[in-house]
Amino acid sequence: MAEKKFVVGSFTEEAVLFDAVKKVRKAGYKLHDVYTPFPIHGLDKVMGLRDTSIHTAGFIYAIFGTTTALSFMTWVFTKDWPLNIGGKPHFALPAWVPIMFEFTVLCACVGMVLTFCYLCQLAPFVKKHHFHERATDDLFVMAIECTPKTNEGEVSGFLNNAGAIEVNVQQAETGWWLGTYDKDKKMFESK
Amino acid sequence: MALLKYESNVRPPLVEGKKDYHQVTEDIVRPIEGPPSKLWWIGFLVSVALLLFGVYSVYREVTYGVGEWNLNKTIGWGWDITNFVWWVGIGHAGTLISAILLLFRQGWRTGVNRAAEAMTIFAVMCAGQFPIWHMGRVWMAFFVLPYPNTRGPLWVNFNSPLLWDVFAISTYFTVSLLFWYSGLIPDLATVRDRAKLKWRKYMYGLLSFGWTGSTKHWQRHESLSLVLAGLSTPLVLSVHTVVSFDFATSIVPGWHTTIFPPYFVAGAIFSGFAMVQTLLLVTRKVLKLEEYITIEHIEVMNKVIVLTGSIVGIAYLTELFIAWYGMNKYESWAFMHNRLDLFSPYGWSYYLMMGCNVLSPQIFWFRKLRRNIGLTFFMSILVNIGMWFERFVIIVTSVYRDYLPSSWSTYYSPSIYEVGFYLGTFGLFFTCYFLFSKFFPVIALAEIKHILKKSGEDFKPAMEPIEEESAETFYKEVSHHH
Repeated sequence: MAEKKFVVGSFTEEAVLFDAVKKVRKAGYKLHDVYTPFPIHGLDKVMGLRDTSIHTAGFIYAIFGTTTALSFMTWVFTKDWPLNIGGKPHFALPAWVPIMFEFTVLCACVGMVLTFCYLCQLAPFVKKHHFHERATDDLFVMAIECTPKTNEGEVSGFLNNAGAIEVNVQQAETGWWLGTYDKDKKMFESK
Repeated sequence: MALLKYESNVRPPLVEGKKDYHQVTEDIVRPIEGPPSKLWWIGFLVSVALLLFGVYSVYREVTYGVGEWNLNKTIGWGWDITNFVWWVGIGHAGTLISAILLLFRQGWRTGVNRAAEAMTIFAVMCAGQFPIWHMGRVWMAFFVLPYPNTRGPLWVNFNSPLLWDVFAISTYFTVSLLFWYSGLIPDLATVRDRAKLKWRKYMYGLLSFGWTGSTKHWQRHESLSLVLAGLSTPLVLSVHTVVSFDFATSIVPGWHTTIFPPYFVAGAIFSGFAMVQTLLLVTRKVLKLEEYITIEHIEVMNKVIVLTGSIVGIAYLTELFIAWYGMNKYESWAFMHNRLDLFSPYGWSYYLMMGCNVLSPQIFWFRKLRRNIGLTFFMSILVNIGMWFERFVIIVTSVYRDYLPSSWSTYYSPSIYEVGFYLGTFGLFFTCYFLFSKFFPVIALAEIKHILKKSGEDFKPAMEPIEEESAETFYKEVSHHH
């Protein structure tokens, strides 16, 4: 991904941040993202993000787990190697419920966590640009993407007026690259 | 948007003292950034020593067979399976706190969930050792996995509760680990961004997976946590249910009862909370986190202990009643002679169990005693001794005298290596816990920050004017939907 230019404003109060986000959207600036140290309920709505559908993915993985467990056990005990266990039925559905349940939960959890990591591009050795190192501590950091038409000075002033305690302009990579956090060198650039 | 979420001023604060977000980070990350204390080193080295003794004990057992533990033909399950069930039980509190209390929107969980989840993972790791090494020919342990082997293929028996256990325990471990780690990622990113030392930046950079704190990522993270909590809730109840099936689906007198699943689950929560108390009372003191793990947290957990302890008590009495009232002579014999008779070989263990698990927690009906830290610590250990004896009573007193009096066991007592194996798992557990408390934030940073402005002591007075407002104004101005 290409490098882009951002105007970055940092806020300390949730209430101020919420109003600032609303103002920025109203003014028509291109809001890149807001980085916060903890989840702020309602911020996604104010930013106009759509709901995540990661739970739907979880449901699909769960269904996959149930059907896999059931069909596998059915195949093993009725077709591949029918064992006579005290003359009991080969298709012993009640006895398979625990394993079907456990496998459902296992598939749903593992699948969802992997999906989460994929969607958020999280993995060891993944490095991303950080607009402010206190964004994981106590600051709410808003990044506004500059388009060719954007006047940086104007946006900076706008953010200052909206209550930002710190405003600056940064040239930043928007994707991720392989690296470690003790070095800035880009070992590999993602496309 | 004056406040993120309203919480009545009547509720005691969950974070004490004058705090802002940065101070929370400082307080919780500080122990990670400094060198470990002398006390830490002593504790850690003692744990490692115990672990090594455990490794030696296991080596003896693998070399000479399970007879090395003093198991015999009558008592095939002794301390090993007792310890297995005990550790699995302890491993229940973490997921209960993080999952069920998340669904119930219990704010106090935020102070204790991280450490409790870690405890769960380590406890399940310890539990898993026992059935594995108990196999004797441990190099064939992979036989429990359903794979197309070269003998047919001869598959595992999916109708067997022992196989259900394989699935239950391994799923529980995996899910707990994923739940715990996905919660840790943002907090590890906080440690990374504060790091000054090169190795620390490198290490936490790897561990935090490149987390930035983007709003979209938080939105997904919240959704993920909620669904994982929803899945873990039936999971945590199922795990000890399945463990109880190991006994309840057999026809051994003393085991063949339908009450086992709920009774085991209540007991598991009971012992798990006791272990959380043991660990956190020390952790909060040593890491100076009394303002985050407050006396309120301790009191709430003591309430859970008295509740679950009483449920366990009811279960014991029900079991006893049914043994007396029911028509099964063998069941009745197991209770009346092997357990209730104080002068039978193991009668003492039944009374020890009753005393520790049913009688002693009743003192927590008194508020003053619930808020007494020294007493809570003592009780937390007493409860876990009681819960260990519960499993010992269930296992050993049921099997040592079976249908054939000629094979009744002479008095069984464990060998030093069987005890050593148990001590070894303590070593494993505490080695892991010491490493965790040194290198990871023991309190969920982001979650504490999330509740700070509604439950922090410093922010509580701001609730007063809102409480005086009419319900209608309150609804319009303060409430917001999730």
